[in-house]
Amino acid sequence: MSAKASATGAVTANELLAVMGSRELRDHQTVFTGVGAPMMASVLAQRLHAPRLTMVIEGGIIGPQWRPGWLPISTNEMRAAYHAQMLPGITDAFLIAQRGFLDVGFIGGAQIDQYGNLNTSAIGGYDRPKVRLPGSGGANDIISLCQRVIILTVHEKRRFIPKVDFITSPGHLSGGDSRERAGLLFGGVSRVVTTLGLFGFEPKTRRMRLESVYPGVTVEQVRDHTPFDLLVADGVATAAAPSDKELAILRALDPDRQFIG
Amino acid sequence: MLRGAHENTAVTISPRDYDFRIARRRLEAKPKSAGEKLVSLEDAAARVPDGAILAFGGILYSRTPLALIRAVLRRRPRGLTIARNLMCYEGEWCMVAGAVDKIITAWMGIGLPWGLSRIMREYVESGRVPIEEWSHLGLGLRFRAAAMGLPFLPTLTMLGSDLMSVGGSKTVECPYTGETLHAVPALYPDVALLHVQRADRFGNCQIDGYPHMDADIAFAAATVLVTAEEIVPEEEIRRHPDRTVIPGFAVDALAHVPWGSYPHECYGLYDSEPGHFGEYVAGIEAHGAAGVERYLERYVYAPEAHADYLALFPDAMRADAERRGRELCS
Repeated sequence: MSAKASATGAVTANELLAVMGSRELRDHQTVFTGVGAPMMASVLAQRLHAPRLTMVIEGGIIGPQWRPGWLPISTNEMRAAYHAQMLPGITDAFLIAQRGFLDVGFIGGAQIDQYGNLNTSAIGGYDRPKVRLPGSGGANDIISLCQRVIILTVHEKRRFIPKVDFITSPGHLSGGDSRERAGLLFGGVSRVVTTLGLFGFEPKTRRMRLESVYPGVTVEQVRDHTPFDLLVADGVATAAAPSDKELAILRALDPDRQFIG
Repeated sequence: MLRGAHENTAVTISPRDYDFRIARRRLEAKPKSAGEKLVSLEDAAARVPDGAILAFGGILYSRTPLALIRAVLRRRPRGLTIARNLMCYEGEWCMVAGAVDKIITAWMGIGLPWGLSRIMREYVESGRVPIEEWSHLGLGLRFRAAAMGLPFLPTLTMLGSDLMSVGGSKTVECPYTGETLHAVPALYPDVALLHVQRADRFGNCQIDGYPHMDADIAFAAATVLVTAEEIVPEEEIRRHPDRTVIPGFAVDALAHVPWGSYPHECYGLYDSEPGHFGEYVAGIEAHGAAGVERYLERYVYAPEAHADYLALFPDAMRADAERRGRELCS
């Protein structure tokens, strides 16, 4: 993963995403989380301000306690299940989310548009694509079923596009109340955490809106990296830079820098 | 071009997938035997006919029925449809071997460190093998609906997304609240291929650790083929009946295959071999699909028996996989 768009030189893109993502989580919440930056964000929150945060993992795993240096590559392996409190199976883990037990869900995506729709299926036409991507996996389910969905992604021009080629995972669809009209009555994308700043969605149009930038990043820089017409909140805040403590915890969790880069 | 190659890649859900009437009658006509199920691995694999819809148990590189899949591929099958929620490289094997017409999945690849599947890209982008894509829960519920003997299950997932239009999924109006629900169609596989930790000779199966979707797949399929790491006395199953997830009467054939999912992992027994995955991907990077052909020759077609296959992996390597497997579940 490129750290080119990263705000702070010594901090990698994934470290930045993990730190900013972790700050979105609260103690005693439940979070549907995946490998990579979401996993690092969740564990970091547990080590800092959310010790009773419960992680739910796609592999059908509830409440694992991962070992530093033994982080999982996949959500479906023994490392991901380490010291879990329950192994309900994959379908049932998602049904628990459908019931409404998941406060937060983390996902990423190859392409994202101004309504938070994500594409991880195909670039170009779907039937004969230019690039066939791996597919939804659990991303569509997480975005459809969790209460508060947070997208973690590197901020690159090729990822932020006006309209995704294929909606694998529905954000706010075409904006307004289109998501509810499609039958998605609950939850939805409320936050986008990138390597440049933090974004929400304007309540009426449901278009992405810049709310905070990181130290050293300007609103203009964010606009330059965002090919669609980006809304900007009145009085954009500046998020605190990753602290030494946050970075030290991440680096101790992943001493080989397999995930933080 | 091999038989089964498609010009038109558009996929639609086949009515055969969800016809619960046919599936029910098929099961009613079948013996639900409490008798002996033990056969050889080859005899189990021989029950896979060309053109069948197969569902693989496990998930990604966890508890994959790899020995069974290899035994099936040695018979050079044609026209298969294979279904698995997270399809690992066994899907690539089936593509390159010319065995599949369609893949039903939610995701295909090995994992983040190995990047996009170059084989999947090549076969799907050229239109040779189409993928019918579902969300993870969507496909899980297709197996669950079939396991319940139903034509569909209502769910809140996939709504509003373009995945709804891939296979022609439909919505249904809730008869009570009037809300729109996704009616995810059942998927009744012809044959289930599963690998479990232990079974008795009558086919009562126990799974340790995460259950994945194996039990749903077993109840959904018309024919169930199982390999087990260990065949235990009936008394041992009866001592812990709470751990039995598939009853013997649902199983058609059982083979004793220790290390049956290696180099994928088997919970509590052995860890996966990411290094081996790396070698496999390096072969593809160097030679494209021919890299997979070479791999198939060495690891799938050449070994005459499972012991010959295991001999391709040094003892020390498997001992280390065992040690890690135990440590990760302690």
